Amino acid sequence: MKQLIETIVKPIVDFPEDVQVDVMEDDHRVIYQLSVNKTDMGKVIGKQGRVAKAIRTVVYAAGSSQQKKIFLEIGE
Amino acid sequence: MKQVTATGQTVEEAVESALAQLQTTKDRTDVDIIDEGKKGIFGIFGSRPAVVKVTVIIDPIEEAKKFLTQVSEQMGAPAEIEIKREGKQVTFVMSGEKIALLIGKRGQTLNSLQYLTQLVINRYATHYLNVILDAEDYRNRRSETLIQLAHRLAGKAVKSGKDVALEPMPSYERKVIHTALAENKRVKTFSDGAEPHRFIVITPVRRSV
Repeated sequence: MKQLIETIVKPIVDFPEDVQVDVMEDDHRVIYQLSVNKTDMGKVIGKQGRVAKAIRTVVYAAGSSQQKKIFLEIGE
Repeated sequence: MKQVTATGQTVEEAVESALAQLQTTKDRTDVDIIDEGKKGIFGIFGSRPAVVKVTVIIDPIEEAKKFLTQVSEQMGAPAEIEIKREGKQVTFVMSGEKIALLIGKRGQTLNSLQYLTQLVINRYATHYLNVILDAEDYRNRRSETLIQLAHRLAGKAVKSGKDVALEPMPSYERKVIHTALAENKRVKTFSDGAEPHRFIVITPVRRSV
């Protein structure tokens, strides 16, 4: 999953080397924290969050077979 | 963008050296000759090496295909991808065993992947390219469903004399509905709301005698 997030995000940002995904897990959920270079924030969020929404849709679809609920958070 | 500047005794030699460094072939690169070089007298005095700048041309369609292949594989639904190009419209057709996962409910995953692919392709493209992503003929099946829905709801609007609002849809799905009802004289259609929640409203035409 972590790899999938990186595969999606890296080609759309200017600084792919700054893309980082941290995983936090508890009993009910898995939270993936995506961080990108400050200047790339706009690119991963998009107009009215359109890009962020698209990334989430794809990631949630990939995680639908898993037991735990998945969350994707985006930050710097 | 990958690019390298190389020198050699002749232009050909410089280009070859650059291609070796980039590990590519000449047809996939753009060669810029900075200095043709000079042989000099007896090849000794006043000789100057040739300098070339070689840039690897990135094919946006190849990049987009690579992106889709990787993403689908990592989603656990590896897909074969077929490409059709007509002008500035590029269609990617995916096929594979677990295609349903890539389409999602009402095509939302497919639409998201289409949007992301569009972003990837236009990072590399010199001219704006429009991406259409399809799988198992989903787009065709969906537009047939939409046309049926349009006619049914147009009937409802006429019967009840009230506006009928549809759920939010992406622009090309709304277009299918507008087109389907364009010839229906008893109703009018328009879109309301802001993207990405724009939706169609079908309104009955009041008969003014």
